Amino acid sequence: MRQAVFAVALGAICLVAAAAAISAPASDLVLDVRLKKLENELRCLVCQNQTLADSNAELAADLRREVRELALAGRSDDEIRAYLVARYGDFVLYDPPVKPVTWMLWFGPFALLSGGALVWWIVLRRRERRGPPSAATATADTSAAMRARKLLDDESDAPA
Amino acid sequence: MMKRWRWSIPFAIFVVLLVFLWIGLGRDPSVVPSPLLGKPAPAFRLAQLHKPGERLQNEDLKGQVWLLNVWASWCVSCRTEHPLLVQLAKTHLVPVYGLDYKDKPEQALAWLVQNGDPYTASIVDADGRVGIDYGVYGVPETFLIDKAGIVRYKQIGPLTAETLNEKILPLVRELQK
Repeated sequence: MRQAVFAVALGAICLVAAAAAISAPASDLVLDVRLKKLENELRCLVCQNQTLADSNAELAADLRREVRELALAGRSDDEIRAYLVARYGDFVLYDPPVKPVTWMLWFGPFALLSGGALVWWIVLRRRERRGPPSAATATADTSAAMRARKLLDDESDAPA
Repeated sequence: MMKRWRWSIPFAIFVVLLVFLWIGLGRDPSVVPSPLLGKPAPAFRLAQLHKPGERLQNEDLKGQVWLLNVWASWCVSCRTEHPLLVQLAKTHLVPVYGLDYKDKPEQALAWLVQNGDPYTASIVDADGRVGIDYGVYGVPETFLIDKAGIVRYKQIGPLTAETLNEKILPLVRELQK
């Protein structure tokens, strides 16, 4: 009995959902997709690690409404972004623009990487200039390598 | 010689990193710098809370330095800053205008009766649009606006006696000259 009621309820929900999907005009669907994409690039200011699309905060709902109305008024995505940036700053963008204040953010990692590469290069060059390792260490190295190889060979010969 | 001082390079990097991280620890990540600072306060024309028939617009307030305090009766931390505003209103140093953000007028009026009304006038932003224009995201927020209508300071979250006395009031005095 319970299962039957559940099945009927599920069927009803599906029907309603299908009806809603069919009754929505195609242009609305296009708009929905566009807004969803845009809202995923925007940050909710209340719960800062969520996008505008994901957030349940009241402000996020208000901003989604605002974004939708701007889109319906024919504004482009860039204009909508500019509208929000004018009010909340670059912080609303998950993809911050490249400008002097964000140089550190954009180029800092590359600067650090090239700094590291430079140090590496200097160290290598200095080592090279110092010449090849002395004969004593070289023989030590080869004898150690031979011993290691012997041990490994023994290992592989042994039954598993 | 060179070798002896080599340890100081990673040590210096470590110290710089420590300073950056230390500063980072002390900062409140929920405070987002407002792009409105130094820009004209967004225009509004809203019904007054006490006189719903009358509207107030920011043009009416040009020529004076004023505070715009964004609050709501549902806002818990507004209660903590409210006594400070009531006190400030008594000094008549600077007029405070209230923006009642996404609130029900009857609840807002009751709240003001209960907690005191420091506002020269209160305006009603029922759907939060003016709040969005002002970049409001965490009520209470307070804006200091100068004679020309330029936003000079923004406080996110409740006012404290410290910020009021050390930042806002000195700035008010300077702007009133």
